[in-house]
Amino acid sequence: MKKVLTGNQAVAYGVSLARVEVISAYPITPQTTIVEYLAELCADGVLEARFITVESEHSAMASLIGASAAGARTFTATSSHGLALMHEMLHWASGARLPIVMVNVNRALGPPWNIWSDQIDSLSQRDTGWIQFYCENNQEVLDTIIQAYRIAEEVSLPVMVVLDAFFLSHTSEPVEIPEEREVERFLPPYRPKFKLDVKDPHSFYLMTPPEYFQEYRYKIQKAMERAKEVIKEVDALYASNFGRGYGVIEPYLCEDAELILITTGTVTSTSREVIRAMREEGRAVGLLKLRMFRPFPSEELREVLGGVRKVAVIDRNLSPGVGGIFAQEIRAALSEDGASPRLFGFVTGLGGRDIIPELISQAIRYSLEREEPEGRVLWLGMRGEKEVIL
Amino acid sequence: MRTEIPEEEYMCSGHLACPGCAAALSMRFALKALGEKTIVVIPASCWSIIAGPFPYSSLKVPVLHVAFETGGAIGSGIKAALEMKGDEETTVMVWAGDGGTFDIGLQALSGAAERNEDFIYVCYDNEAYMNTGIQRSSATPYLSWTTTTPVSRPKGNPKKNIIEIMAAHRIPYAATATVAYPEDLVRKLQKAKEKRGFRFIHLLCPCPPGWRIDPELSIKVSRLAVQSKVFPLYEVEDGERYTINLEPKGILVEEYLRLQGRFSHLRDEEIEEIQKNVDREWERLKEFARL
Repeated sequence: MKKVLTGNQAVAYGVSLARVEVISAYPITPQTTIVEYLAELCADGVLEARFITVESEHSAMASLIGASAAGARTFTATSSHGLALMHEMLHWASGARLPIVMVNVNRALGPPWNIWSDQIDSLSQRDTGWIQFYCENNQEVLDTIIQAYRIAEEVSLPVMVVLDAFFLSHTSEPVEIPEEREVERFLPPYRPKFKLDVKDPHSFYLMTPPEYFQEYRYKIQKAMERAKEVIKEVDALYASNFGRGYGVIEPYLCEDAELILITTGTVTSTSREVIRAMREEGRAVGLLKLRMFRPFPSEELREVLGGVRKVAVIDRNLSPGVGGIFAQEIRAALSEDGASPRLFGFVTGLGGRDIIPELISQAIRYSLEREEPEGRVLWLGMRGEKEVIL
Repeated sequence: MRTEIPEEEYMCSGHLACPGCAAALSMRFALKALGEKTIVVIPASCWSIIAGPFPYSSLKVPVLHVAFETGGAIGSGIKAALEMKGDEETTVMVWAGDGGTFDIGLQALSGAAERNEDFIYVCYDNEAYMNTGIQRSSATPYLSWTTTTPVSRPKGNPKKNIIEIMAAHRIPYAATATVAYPEDLVRKLQKAKEKRGFRFIHLLCPCPPGWRIDPELSIKVSRLAVQSKVFPLYEVEDGERYTINLEPKGILVEEYLRLQGRFSHLRDEEIEEIQKNVDREWERLKEFARL
């Protein structure tokens, strides 16, 4: 069945189809309508789940940690300051190896106040042990949520599904909604290996001395490494069942490209049009969409970017003192190859500023015209500036 | 009224509590009252250590160790999951210290109480951050010494009244108890177990290292706290119906304070001031109980 849905509505459909049992959430723009839709679905009995109307995002994640430890399939959604407030609990969820799934609507952090799209919220949670997916459209949002539960429950790690504020959360697109029965087949009920159970009492997360702690971290790393394969398998299975797959990265017109542009989220759709037009003009340029950020697809990127001379990265985020975070990660991945491509790191679109096609082609032309960038951080689309500035 | 204390033990020897720890004894009684179908949630506190380091546990029931400020939220989540699974038998008991309850956990606690979540929240109150080495909390009494309120500037504010805060949420049940009166403590936990909705138990737990008392004095000091009206034993039902469970003998607070090194710096006029405060609070409580 096809429906016209906003990104936030697509989230609610995905959560509903995944037959989540405990939802706990706190409202924050632009995530709010997710909470509203889910509260209605629970109240109307369409979704048989307990909805906990917590007093903060910190408690949203904490209560899911309790619910998941007791064996329930769980969900929350947040954004920006809400995700930042949860930070401690994100470490707890992954350390506890709980398959919680969360949607984060990418939004800037203040001050100054800003409610629009910016990836700094989720990227700041890079090292918390969560699997992260960045979605390009509302269909991908819905499909990724269903995939996320299967992945999380298979590798015992939490998953964050990320979508851009407003560009997806509040924008309507046609979305194919899978049949309930087919989703049930794809995603069986959650059967935890361990849970809080008075008939089989165990202690969880107790004080663990140096003699044992490191092995816990080792196992999380191993789970992340395995997750990469599981994610590919689950995506392939999803594609065979529902006709849609996404891969962990998605190359577009990358064959024989002199330069490959790397993007995440909605800017990918705009960039695809720009790249197609530039190809038609005879320029050897390609596009690579990064969908999976944790675990980081280093080998997969190197496979595509290995023989390419130049890579341009668009970051809708800034790690002050370094630059764009995706550029930083891609640089690190590529540095393991002897002849790594020259990387042009563009920062733009912060706090929801539009990344229009002209800006993207400007970035590509800049990179094509120069042997190397004039700085490690290239600012694109600055007020009153026609060119890239440093 | 005497309650038979169940013989079953759900706490093993080998736990890591200090000698004379009232928080350890309190847990033993609490689990006797609640029985084996109990899930215990322990936010960061002395009990994060007492329960035993990996791979040991001193409790025979399931234990979830959780972050400092999360007691109210985690209890809510576990209960929600149990409800979804159709489990109506299991009791969820959050077991938090005064820091995790009066201070850092107050927000999540208030949230859970306002939603009237169906679990028991026990605050074992040793009146300071004892696990990190005796720093003041908002449960530390007026003029007490701690490592962050040295005798040259002892705590300048009164102890927060947590029961009144909880009563203001109009929760079904709130009560105080302490180990010197184990039958009362067990009865209150059993009573809490029979009720539905949010239940709050405030346990005063003397801490020999933190209160600067000899370990063998824990019970005596907890009894004196009650008998001097510093820590009255009472219950509040539905946030309104107050019942004082034991009429204190009304010994002077000086007798209670002088046993404890944390008050050894007090001058006579300061003790007099504390006595006045205690008397005023007691009159106030009696007034609530009369209404």
